Amino acid sequence: MATETEHAEPTEAVAHSADHAHAHPSDSQYVLIAVVLAFITGAEVLTYYVDFFKDHFPILLLTLIPMMIIKFAIVAAFFMHLRFDNKLFRRVFITGIVLATIVYMIVLNIFHVFKHS
Amino acid sequence: MSDVAIHHDPKPGEHGWTQTGVSNEKLGMWVFLGSECLLFGGLISTYMLYKGTALKGPKPHDLYDIPFTSVSSFVLLMSSMTMVLALSAIQRGDHQRCRVWLATTALLGATFISGQVYEFTSFVKEGMGYTTNTAASSFYTLTGFHGVHVSLGIVMLMSLFMMSVRGRLPQEKSEVVEIVGLYWHFVDVVWILIFTVVYLIP
Repeated sequence: MATETEHAEPTEAVAHSADHAHAHPSDSQYVLIAVVLAFITGAEVLTYYVDFFKDHFPILLLTLIPMMIIKFAIVAAFFMHLRFDNKLFRRVFITGIVLATIVYMIVLNIFHVFKHS
Repeated sequence: MSDVAIHHDPKPGEHGWTQTGVSNEKLGMWVFLGSECLLFGGLISTYMLYKGTALKGPKPHDLYDIPFTSVSSFVLLMSSMTMVLALSAIQRGDHQRCRVWLATTALLGATFISGQVYEFTSFVKEGMGYTTNTAASSFYTLTGFHGVHVSLGIVMLMSLFMMSVRGRLPQEKSEVVEIVGLYWHFVDVVWILIFTVVYLIP
């Protein structure tokens, strides 16, 4: 009886772990992600030195904002493991981001911040 | 093999079992970070509201040293990489490497804070104090709050380092490193927003 239990447990554990295995990136992949982030940061800084962007503010915004969002998403997805972890964490964090974005967009709009810029 | 972290969910009655199926401590940290989005959202919005309203004294935008702040941003970004490498090391049971990466992360964080202190000092010397104008007040409040978060992160990292040195951070407690890591990465993503919205967008 005891022998059966000993045999049953590892099999169950393997099946269980296969269902819940979370594959995280390797160390070399983390370094690669950091290189990508550094590259995007370099591109962001470059916009400061290019005269074209000083004369075309909407294009500057359309260049910088997506790069900022991509960097944010990469750190959250890979370094914070949101891509691999339980969906509950993702929902909690995204709720905070969405709530903050909606609330403060309304506030800034009330004060005509976007019209001035 | 080291690339895959196998996680066994505990059953009811077992140690570590929770009703949600996830660690309460980790969920607590995510809820805290979700609420922090509102705090920093408020501070960034306040800066956006006041940045063009300075009636006297220099505005923050007149004094920014973009090359210097870019290096600071790069340093903080790289600290996120060293933090995740510390977590990866402790999950493998490599305590020596974990300590090295934790100390490196704290050192990079301290470098960032030193840069911020230098920046604030040079701004004050240029005539932009905390109460010079509303733009300056909102700038110092936003970046100062972020700096306090980084400083708290450094304290947490050094605590983990000391725990590890004393043998009080076994591989089974790797979640503690993960939770501190989540806080550290959040501080990094907030700086990603601040760097673009405050420094790069005129």
